[in-house]
Amino acid sequence: MSAFQETELRQAPPVTKGYIDPSFVPMIAPGHTFNTITEKISNIVLENGTPNWWFGALLVGASFVVVLVFALTVLVFKGIGIWGNNQPTAWAWAITNFVWWIGIGHAGTLISAILFLLKQEWRNSINRFSEAMTIFAVMCAGMFPIFHTGRPWLAYWLFPLPNTMGVWPQFKSPLVWDVFAVSTYFTLSLVYWYLGMVPDFGTLRDRARKPILQKIYGFVALGWRGSSRHWSRYETAYLLLAGLCTPLVLSVHSVVSMDFAVGIVPGWHSTIFPPYFVAGAVYSGFALVLTLVIPARRLFGLKDFITQRHIDNMGKVMLAMGLVVGYSYCFEAFFALAYAGDKYEHFMMMNRMFGPYATFYWILILCNVITPQFLWWRKIRNNTIILFILTIVINIGMWLERFEIIAVSLTRDYLPSSWGYFKPTIFDMMTFAGTLGFFFSMMLLFMRGMPMIPMYELKMILPASRPIGHPEQGSFEEEVMSA
Amino acid sequence: MKQKKKYPIYGVMAEFDSATAIMVAAQKAHDAGYRVMEAYTPFPIEEVTEAIGFHRKDNKVALACLIGGLLGGTGGYTLASCAAGVWFPLNIAGRPFIPWPMFIPVTFESTILIAGLSAGIGMLVMNGLPSPYHPVFNVPGFSLATNDRFFLCIEARDPKYDESVVTEFLNSLNPREVTRVEG
Repeated sequence: MSAFQETELRQAPPVTKGYIDPSFVPMIAPGHTFNTITEKISNIVLENGTPNWWFGALLVGASFVVVLVFALTVLVFKGIGIWGNNQPTAWAWAITNFVWWIGIGHAGTLISAILFLLKQEWRNSINRFSEAMTIFAVMCAGMFPIFHTGRPWLAYWLFPLPNTMGVWPQFKSPLVWDVFAVSTYFTLSLVYWYLGMVPDFGTLRDRARKPILQKIYGFVALGWRGSSRHWSRYETAYLLLAGLCTPLVLSVHSVVSMDFAVGIVPGWHSTIFPPYFVAGAVYSGFALVLTLVIPARRLFGLKDFITQRHIDNMGKVMLAMGLVVGYSYCFEAFFALAYAGDKYEHFMMMNRMFGPYATFYWILILCNVITPQFLWWRKIRNNTIILFILTIVINIGMWLERFEIIAVSLTRDYLPSSWGYFKPTIFDMMTFAGTLGFFFSMMLLFMRGMPMIPMYELKMILPASRPIGHPEQGSFEEEVMSA
Repeated sequence: MKQKKKYPIYGVMAEFDSATAIMVAAQKAHDAGYRVMEAYTPFPIEEVTEAIGFHRKDNKVALACLIGGLLGGTGGYTLASCAAGVWFPLNIAGRPFIPWPMFIPVTFESTILIAGLSAGIGMLVMNGLPSPYHPVFNVPGFSLATNDRFFLCIEARDPKYDESVVTEFLNSLNPREVTRVEG
């Protein structure tokens, strides 16, 4: 009963200084029942038809996919010489995008797995959405190293497969660890996402009216029938996957950071890289979740389920991560300039701040360190338009951070004779813009064809989902009558 | 839970309105001595799972996950050691061929991968999924089991099963409806 009373109380939020304290906003708007949740979410897929803005948005997204296909086709025919990376910046644009996209994915797993383990029920309305984001972001990330091989049809050589050449991957190299980390991450995220959707596919199957839709959703629902025994095993598997994904997500960006940290280039060879990369990943990922959730909840009318409280909580996580990232920048500078006493590190940091890419460095500080400070104000966290702009600024900052790490260090290493300057070519830019288009198109298709909010998990937040009393306590029948 | 040909009737099913009602019904059915029964709910309700007599120890998903994790970890380490130490040894400045700290990431990732797949696939296999057909789908209104209705089915395989008695018993539990489930 206590949960019920709590919900009742939360329906009367105190109004202070003209805005509502979001911690008093319920996680689901008042008045919802199991049936209204089912209806509202499944109707987006089954009944409401396709809104016009969706076609417009998909057209934009898909045209960028065309750009991507063009850029990659030229790449396959001509070779990676069409990209701007060359000695000394053998890693440049592609790896920047790879790291950025992988980082975007991390918020999805954080929301779905870590917040699940911490019993943060507010994650129930946004976890599916952010898991989808993870999947598509990792797909985008994967394109860069695969096409950077130059012969993507041989990309399977990255895996340890017996072959007639008798050659095996170098297991002492972080690049091989990366293959393992990213492919494990993708596989498990996919399993987690799909298994999470199976009961909801069952709901769609049962509510679809067109036979073709019944067949499609019936196929992917695997014959789910909501049996208690199934639920029991299902919940265990879900919990275990959450428990496994938690260390996994931390390991993935740590391994990605070791690609750099194991190298001896100034600015890379640093022990703070793993936590620094993970914090940055979560930061940019949360920003992108908000970038997508803010318009989606308005356009699909989901404000009942993704309430101001969710937005506020995500803003707070972003602020916390922004502070960790800012702290890392300070420490990076402190190590290089004051503590390490290494002239190459010192030069690298001075070069980062005042060298040829200095503009980017200061924009990055502005985007990643100054901007999140606005999130201290509840008024700003509650203003979705300002928050939306902030999230985009933060993601630009995070992209620049990765670019800084890669380009500045590689263009000015130990030997002045090997210095250079990196400029992206038009194909670099087309590929990156193309992956953005691919990502947004996939998200649009996902929102249209799949239940973007987990219905069964949302129902579990309602107080009515917990049986009242227990037969062994004796008084349950009176409680039933009064309820 | 395999459906066998010799039972033309699968069981009798009652439909309830609320989580509390199904829990009470399942508990009473268990008290009345029925053992082979199943509840169908739109979301997991632990109390109901307990009430129909499915306890934590019957749930073997975690075991599958553990075995998968152990196999994955051993496999990952063995793979890395064999590749770097036996199949393609590279002498780099005389460093050891099998430096175990360098194999931690690969061992870790393969542990997680196989453990996760074992948990996910193990769950499906133990649940007998995918199973596109199941007799309970024949019950009119069962489609609400994925929306907001709760069902309790006492199956014909139960030793105490007698159709008229079971129907009467389920009717006494205050259900919305009681239906015979064709096999």
